[in-house]
Amino acid sequence: MDISQYLEIFLDESKEHLQNLNEQILILEKEPENTDTINEIFRAAHSLKGMAGTMGFKRMQRLTHDMENVFSEVRNGKLKVTAGMVDVLFQCLDAIEGYISIIQETADEGTEDNEAIIKELNDTLAGKEDGDPMVSDSEPAKEKEPAKEDKQAVDLSNIVVSEYEKHAFDEATEKGLNVYSIVVHVDETCVLKAARAFLVFKALEECGEIVKSVPSTQDIEDEKFDFDFSVFFITSEKLEDVLAKIKEVSEIKSAEGVVIDPKTVKVEGEEKAEEKHEETKPAATQAKETKPAAKTAQTGKPATSKPVVNRSVRVDIEKLDVLMNLVSELIIAKNGLVSVSASDSAHNTQGFNEQIEYLERVTTNLHESVMKVRMVPIESVVNRFPRMIRDLSKKLNKKMELYMSGEDTELDRTVIDEIGDPLMHLLRNSADHGLESAEIRAERGKPEVGSIFLDAYQDGNNVVIEVRDDGNGIDIEKVRNKAIEKGTITPEQAEGMSDKEIVDLLFKPSFSTAEKISDVSGRGVGLDVVKTKIEALGGDVEVKTTYGEGSTFIIRLPLTLAIIQALMVEVGNEKYAISLGSIQTIEDVPVSDIKYVQTKEVIHLRGTVIPLIRLADVLDVPDKKEDGESLTVVIVTKGDKQAGIVVDSLIGQQEIVIKSLGKFININKIISGATILGDGEVALIVDANVLV
Amino acid sequence: MEDNKIAVSSKQFIVVKIDNEQFGINIEYVDNIVRMQKITRVPKAQHYFKGVINLRGEIIPVMSIRLKSNLKDDVYTDKTRIIILKPEQQAVIGMLVDEVKEVVTLEESEIEKIVADNNADEKTSYINGIGKSKGELISLLNIQGVISDKETM
Repeated sequence: MDISQYLEIFLDESKEHLQNLNEQILILEKEPENTDTINEIFRAAHSLKGMAGTMGFKRMQRLTHDMENVFSEVRNGKLKVTAGMVDVLFQCLDAIEGYISIIQETADEGTEDNEAIIKELNDTLAGKEDGDPMVSDSEPAKEKEPAKEDKQAVDLSNIVVSEYEKHAFDEATEKGLNVYSIVVHVDETCVLKAARAFLVFKALEECGEIVKSVPSTQDIEDEKFDFDFSVFFITSEKLEDVLAKIKEVSEIKSAEGVVIDPKTVKVEGEEKAEEKHEETKPAATQAKETKPAAKTAQTGKPATSKPVVNRSVRVDIEKLDVLMNLVSELIIAKNGLVSVSASDSAHNTQGFNEQIEYLERVTTNLHESVMKVRMVPIESVVNRFPRMIRDLSKKLNKKMELYMSGEDTELDRTVIDEIGDPLMHLLRNSADHGLESAEIRAERGKPEVGSIFLDAYQDGNNVVIEVRDDGNGIDIEKVRNKAIEKGTITPEQAEGMSDKEIVDLLFKPSFSTAEKISDVSGRGVGLDVVKTKIEALGGDVEVKTTYGEGSTFIIRLPLTLAIIQALMVEVGNEKYAISLGSIQTIEDVPVSDIKYVQTKEVIHLRGTVIPLIRLADVLDVPDKKEDGESLTVVIVTKGDKQAGIVVDSLIGQQEIVIKSLGKFININKIISGATILGDGEVALIVDANVLV
Repeated sequence: MEDNKIAVSSKQFIVVKIDNEQFGINIEYVDNIVRMQKITRVPKAQHYFKGVINLRGEIIPVMSIRLKSNLKDDVYTDKTRIIILKPEQQAVIGMLVDEVKEVVTLEESEIEKIVADNNADEKTSYINGIGKSKGELISLLNIQGVISDKETM
């Protein structure tokens, strides 16, 4: 079976399970007794193992198997959750993540065995015997049973056969046939397990003879089995071919097999003693025993390497349905147009207009839907942060808690991909520089545990993400002195700068106020990178801070990147587009109302003084028009700042597709891109945020 | 075999006219040749960029060699063309020329290489060879040099 076609699904699902594990283990750390969480963890770990096995990633499977063993013991109450164990588990998750990223790049899991982690896992497991014998003793027998069954099914070499069956094996080997022991895992979501099992049996019987099955054939037919069953199978075919045949049956999660040497098969009677011995052994040894099984399963892996997994978006089926409907409507609209143009009645123009309107409505909806398909909840980025904060908390030895809200806020996929690093920088900043040490917090009368907030919400055409902490806040004086010391500004300049301007210095490259560089932050690359990244995405960053109380970093991002609503304006003979998102109002201002402040033109509008920006001057437009009696002023806002952009005339509102100008032409920041108008002409997009 | 050898040692050039000089552009770089169309000025860009055009939905910056080599500004006639160059994947640039004349095939022996030395004046770095065809001289444009941001040597 060619597994490469499942690689994408495998990666997607593994990541999902991994994320789930991360979240659940975080919960577990706080509530070690939460059985729901433990069960959830066990399920995720089990699926992860199964998937890794199916795909033939044996190192990953081994690691997940050992991890699952730990969870299994925890679930059965034989092992208590400890801080050390959680640390090991997190290391384990990181290692699995490492596997996954290697697989994503090369379609192979790499050669890292992560022996150290496996050893620690096994130590954790082994620790249960002497560590907490009380629990396992007091445990009711009932609870033990499912776990035992679980192990038994996976552990092939433990299955015992009757005298007759052993005889059959011996005979088969004499004839030169192969004897395999195969474990089949049925997908957990499978409804008709018996039917699937039947299909497996049928497939097997086509190429050989089934000697024995565990549970018995009768039990399997009656669905009296969990999610896996094993068979002893005599055939002339190769093991991997047999396994492939089994895997062809749908809803079969995996099949593993080993070649049985009849000489080593245990015969009934020896069974009892063996089994008992087996049970007292720490589960760790089982890992070794399943290893060959995994190895043989892996031989089915195709030699052809098909790396590079496409970037994909998981789309809600409903969104696709809407899209499909719109496309059918589009076809109807097209047909409508065709029929109107074919008929030459007097109503032609009217019908034509109607159809055009219809077409317009459909395309608008279509655009909206496609945009929605591209939208991904911000959750996919932020859900790894609780884990990060936990690690930072340990590393920095500060108690802190991350509160998140608005994880369901949606952003364009391209933005989502880029936003992770900047947010991480900001959170690290808050954790490292923002939050004070426990002593200072106590002095200031703040709660011992520091709080970091991550809030996301939609605001008009923007999405706002706030990273807030109740820590130290920015020490303006310290920044000012540092800036002078570093020569970023002169003392004279420093005098004239407002607090806000000083804070903005933090975003300058290589500017850090941290006294010492830690490996968390302080190298002074963070904020600069944040700003560049966010601005590249068409957004901006703002800081609000109160010394001693905390600071807030506010990131503002455009909802979508590709298509925006814009106001088309004319300046001289040139057309420009201004994003509607930043426009507040449009005013007709008589020339006589223009006042001067420090020789700069301003207008006084409804109680606020707004500086005027003459677009024609800023953009060096040739053939400027003379001022008439009044000016058309577009009032734009950025945060709480306003500005009036003077244009010659307005063309109207239009939906525009943003295009890049290419890499050769150096464009000023004022121009954020270009768009193609209906007549094929190119118009440039003015970024009002830069002007303000 | 004989044919192969020729293919290796000969190159095709598009011969264009800018001012009074004939220039050859290696055909490998040329993506397209389009007629003059409306160019949208881009404020604050490098002075030798005329602006941008729309070529089938793609926005392409257009530069003028005349402006870059401090010649008289372009005068648009019906012979004016924009050569669309693709010096690298995903990067397209347009170049204004006064006229496109022909395509010539030059043998290795017909090309005289110019080694740019530091004392050479600005314009020579735009040229990396002289081709001789039918008794005429063609300055072969060094595309990388032409499109690079450097204006002075």
